[in-house]
Amino acid sequence: METAAVAEIRNYTMNFGPQHPAAHGVLRLVLELDGEVVERADPHIGLLHRATEKLAEHKTFLQSVPYMDRLDYMSMTMNEHAYCMAVEKLLGIEPPIRAKYIRVMFDEITRLLNHLLWLGTHGLDVGAMTIFLYCFREREDLMDVYEAVTGARMHAAYYRPGGVYRDLPDCMPQFKAEAGHKDLDYLNANRQGSVLDFIEDFTKRFPALVDEYETLLTDNRIWKQRTVGIGVVTPERAKQLGFTGPMLRGSGFAWDLRKMQPYAAYEHMDFEIPVGKNGDCYDRYLVRVEEMRQSNRIIAQCVDWLKKNPGPVIIENHKIAPPGREAMKSNMEELIHHFKLFTEGMHVPEGEAYAAVEHAKGEFGVYIVSDGANKPYRLKLRAPGFPHLAAMDEMARGHMIADVVAIIGTMDIVFGDIDR
Amino acid sequence: MELLQTFEQMLGPAWVPVWTLVKILAIVLPLMGCVAYLTLAERKIIGWMQVRMGPNRVGYGWLQPIADAVKLMFKEIIIPSGANKALFFLGPVLSIMPALAAWAVIPFTDTLVLANVDAGLLYVMAITSLGVYGVVVAGWASNSKYAFLGALRSSAQIVSYEIAMGFALVGVLMSAQSLNLVEIVEAQKGGFWQWYWLPLFPMFLVYLISGVAETNRAPFDVAEGESEIVAGFHIEYSGMAFAVFFLAEYANMILIAALTSIMFLGGWLSPFPGIPDGFIWLAAKMSFVLFLFLWFRATFPRYRYDQIMRLGWKVFIPVTLVWLVLEGAFMQTPLGYLFH
Repeated sequence: METAAVAEIRNYTMNFGPQHPAAHGVLRLVLELDGEVVERADPHIGLLHRATEKLAEHKTFLQSVPYMDRLDYMSMTMNEHAYCMAVEKLLGIEPPIRAKYIRVMFDEITRLLNHLLWLGTHGLDVGAMTIFLYCFREREDLMDVYEAVTGARMHAAYYRPGGVYRDLPDCMPQFKAEAGHKDLDYLNANRQGSVLDFIEDFTKRFPALVDEYETLLTDNRIWKQRTVGIGVVTPERAKQLGFTGPMLRGSGFAWDLRKMQPYAAYEHMDFEIPVGKNGDCYDRYLVRVEEMRQSNRIIAQCVDWLKKNPGPVIIENHKIAPPGREAMKSNMEELIHHFKLFTEGMHVPEGEAYAAVEHAKGEFGVYIVSDGANKPYRLKLRAPGFPHLAAMDEMARGHMIADVVAIIGTMDIVFGDIDR
Repeated sequence: MELLQTFEQMLGPAWVPVWTLVKILAIVLPLMGCVAYLTLAERKIIGWMQVRMGPNRVGYGWLQPIADAVKLMFKEIIIPSGANKALFFLGPVLSIMPALAAWAVIPFTDTLVLANVDAGLLYVMAITSLGVYGVVVAGWASNSKYAFLGALRSSAQIVSYEIAMGFALVGVLMSAQSLNLVEIVEAQKGGFWQWYWLPLFPMFLVYLISGVAETNRAPFDVAEGESEIVAGFHIEYSGMAFAVFFLAEYANMILIAALTSIMFLGGWLSPFPGIPDGFIWLAAKMSFVLFLFLWFRATFPRYRYDQIMRLGWKVFIPVTLVWLVLEGAFMQTPLGYLFH
């Protein structure tokens, strides 16, 4: 045979992850390489599977809320939001208007948290180190807000079916004197008022900080060389692949659930939807950066409204929301409600409901089937990252290893929600 | 001096090797100290650029390099099961050896130089090119796909940047009309505006950037590329074997800084006439170049491997070639003095 004389050339197969600094968790990517060029990218999932959907079938509706935080652990309250909206739909209730505004504000704070983390790690993946620390500086402030309001820096468990757990506190925790904190007054300067004052101060500072990030990256030649034309997805293909969120908008579709089917208080908000042109990593970068500016605008509007309009933050129906402490201690009926709610939980009428929010990464949906019991018969989660990751092969084929890293970064993958 | 002569008589024929060894140690030991504190400087400076503190615990940060060194010395060197043992250990040795050997011809002042050889420039070029073998051997011997990719990238990169660097230095030797490093510096006498960075400005830039690429520093750190191929060629190295690579990288950085200062920034010469020359000027210039290295690392994203090659072959080499021709042509005209 003639071919016997030719040396057999095989492609290099490489395991990219699951322990890899750019794998964003536990992505295992089997890459078939021709030199450095990717011939095939095969994402393997399931290494972070925690059976959230199954667990929810054995938990009361309330007990599942904290599980939602741990799905996409970078956009905690948004996951809760979709879940609470689905339960509310089944219950046929509406949260009070103030709760809606608080939810919108926290959704947007969470979007900032998510996008800041995304920008930092994406930069780090592409080799820009400083942006990572700049972004984490701002994340720290937002996490302080989280902690002040919900008690936890990340896994908030703040939203409830029917509203939010409690109103925003009147004071912002301050730094205390300890070794190393010499400039205490400086650190506490914007923490003198309420949480809302602190957030307002943040919204005023933040646009200049985004400018700072953009100075480092947007016009940087190396950054552009690394992202322009990488991982291009045409608008048609993006739709066929089931892309949502910035991945879809980067390809040029102005699709945003906050505008298309406004939920909570989004119909009262004034904001714009940034849209990309070429559907490459650079456009998705620009889209997300602009989204940060728009989120900041929304937060500022919410702060303004929340300062003027006090009111209840959770519905008064004690079959769904617990009664106040005082009432519970002095009133038999409230005590029974309290006991029943925290032992048996709320009963949700038979039926099924789907609720979706514009999550930081795309459309995050919760589909609940209820048989009338105190826990869901079936819970299905639509994770935005899953279809994005499924496009890995298509996006990475023909690019180099270094581009695979940029593409993983641009997908904004978090395995908490892909593996669920 | 008398003491030295006494020793010389005592040792007899053994004097030459002993005295050379002493001189070598007098260069290498301070160099190792510089490497150690360059790592601290890097962490501190980048720390400040990134709104954080940098190391501030072990002796307020000042003992951090020593703590690191002690830690690495006591760590186990893990040898991967499929590795070629001999080559695995040869790799780090091959990379540190040239990084130290090149210092033999570096003049610290007009008299303070270990070996004032006439072909000093050639020697430096030859020795620094050897460094890549350490990387290649290490990448191959580790029997790891990541390390292998790192080795491939590194060899391709260093080979192409070596050429641009070489051409940039040809410009210097045309101006100085000598390969002797001391004479190259002497030829730049006359203050800041007489140094070669001005007439050879494109060469200076090419040399500086190629130097960053040559030492595998950001934004050209594709051989390590921690977010792509994790640590590249030294992914399988631990303990002191890793530390040796680390030492080599930083020793190379200092070397490139020294060479840049000597070739283009007038070495130990003072920038203003009237102020005495001295080693302090060389140190200041090297510190400036090293600061640039750190600044680059804090600012730039990483190039992709093929983009680095493109920059090397399609930009730097043509730029140096064109400038060489221009320089050669100008030197034949009455304006030639501009280049001397």
